[in-house]
Amino acid sequence: MYSDKVMEHFTNPRNIGELPDANGVGEVGNSKCGDIMKVFMKIEDDVIVDIRFKTFGCGAAVATSSMATELVKGKTIEEAMKVTNKSVAEALDGLPAIKMHCSLLAEEAIKAAIQNYCERENKVL
Amino acid sequence: MNKTVYLDNAATTRLSDAAFEAMLPYLTDGYGNPSSIYSIGREAKNAIENARNTVAKAIGASPEEIFFTGSGTESDNWAIKSAANAALFAANAKKGRHIISSAIEHPAVLNSLKNLEKNGCEVTYLGVDKHGQIDLDELRRAIRSDTALITVMTANNEIGTILPISEIGKIAKQHGVLLHTDAVQAVGHIPVDVGEMNVDLLSFSGHKFGGAKGVGVLYAKKGLLLPPLLHGGEQERGRRAGTENVAGIASLAAALDAALTRLPLSGVEQMRNRLRDGLLQIPRSHFTGDPTNRLPGIASFVFEAIEGESMLLMLDQCGICASSGSACSSGALDPSHVLLAIGLPHEIAHGSLRLSVGTDNTDEDISYVLEKMPGIVARLRSMSPLWNES
Ligand SMILES: Cc1ncc(COP(=O)(O)O)c(C=O)c1O
Ligand SMILES: [Zn+2]
Repeated sequence: MYSDKVMEHFTNPRNIGELPDANGVGEVGNSKCGDIMKVFMKIEDDVIVDIRFKTFGCGAAVATSSMATELVKGKTIEEAMKVTNKSVAEALDGLPAIKMHCSLLAEEAIKAAIQNYCERENKVL
Repeated sequence: MNKTVYLDNAATTRLSDAAFEAMLPYLTDGYGNPSSIYSIGREAKNAIENARNTVAKAIGASPEEIFFTGSGTESDNWAIKSAANAALFAANAKKGRHIISSAIEHPAVLNSLKNLEKNGCEVTYLGVDKHGQIDLDELRRAIRSDTALITVMTANNEIGTILPISEIGKIAKQHGVLLHTDAVQAVGHIPVDVGEMNVDLLSFSGHKFGGAKGVGVLYAKKGLLLPPLLHGGEQERGRRAGTENVAGIASLAAALDAALTRLPLSGVEQMRNRLRDGLLQIPRSHFTGDPTNRLPGIASFVFEAIEGESMLLMLDQCGICASSGSACSSGALDPSHVLLAIGLPHEIAHGSLRLSVGTDNTDEDISYVLEKMPGIVARLRSMSPLWNES
């Protein structure tokens, strides 16, 4: 049911872990389907220089978390805010329709982490 | 990696050798229509009637109380919808449209009931305790003058709990209420006798004990005028028309015969216990269902802070076939209704795993799972924001 790319990211997720010196942290939970993702970002001059995540969830949740962190790494926060669950799913060669809601998790977690950074830095996006 | 360790025997089983042998004649030269008069037709008819005798004997019924169907689901639907239709079901003519069931039934029962609710029936769902057992006093209190049917499963497919059907049957009899039981997980795995269980209707399915897929049985006690499910020819005494699945029916009976010679499933139970004891060594893991009144083959767990589908994917990468009641593994939003009914919080119910042992499994299979599982749990926990070593 999953593409090879989804399985590859599920099996070898990129950027797993935590960042002790993160200055943008976002945690979102999909209380309904139960998936939870926590993102740690190190942002310098509005550029995401490092990123880590932890995810509790299904194969789609883990793979989209991994791909989303890859997509925003090295990007400015403005560019990163434009990453959507659709673009993450596309980068993974698609997700089964019933799994699309799982991919919202990564988009929301990234946005939450950037928002957290902006609050800390008194910035408005 | 070509190794396959199949531990999902509660989902379906490999066709047993006996069942395969029994099917062959009707897939080849014995293709006659059982309703035809010439010899290959008569032989097919005989195969069905022999199968009916075998099945009847196996569950303590008489042959005219046995109806072959297309699945366990079909048997459940037929029994429940018939009993609820007072106008059609002679025995229930004076009863109303109230039904009592449990919170842990299979969707074949639950969704049949939901459909009846839409059409004016009222259903009381009895809750269960942490082991998945209903309270018999609560059952007694739930019975009303207009109660038409009690339907409670013999054994649960997710957590393996065996329910006290015989006791429930006594209560049903005292109150003159019909009792149906979904025995899909029980038949072929534990002794099932319709007399001892005091049931009026009982459903089961061949593919759960080595028969072919797509064949079920409905037992309906003599005197119950079971309304036809399918109108058409005279097959199944006019109650379930349609040319019979002769090979499938023959396989079900042969598989059941073979399964009964293997009871009690002590070898299966020993393997199940090894899984339980071995996997409970993993910190913050729990065994679900009734610790003692349970099916021999079902080992059901929850592992805190990890999600079921992820576990299944990693097990699959090791060639291990298992199942889970997590939301994401089923495409649903909520984790299994059974795990919620036994009182597990949402996030813990998401970490469920069911390994169901069958007679084809070996001690090596169990050792292999015990070797792989701790690493899988540890790896998923290392990725989980819910996990902290403490
Ligand atoms: C308890 C229970 N009832 C009903 C069914 C449905 O049986 P079938 O697959 O034959 O429709 C199953 C199996 O999936 C089951 O475990
Ligand atoms: Zn999911």
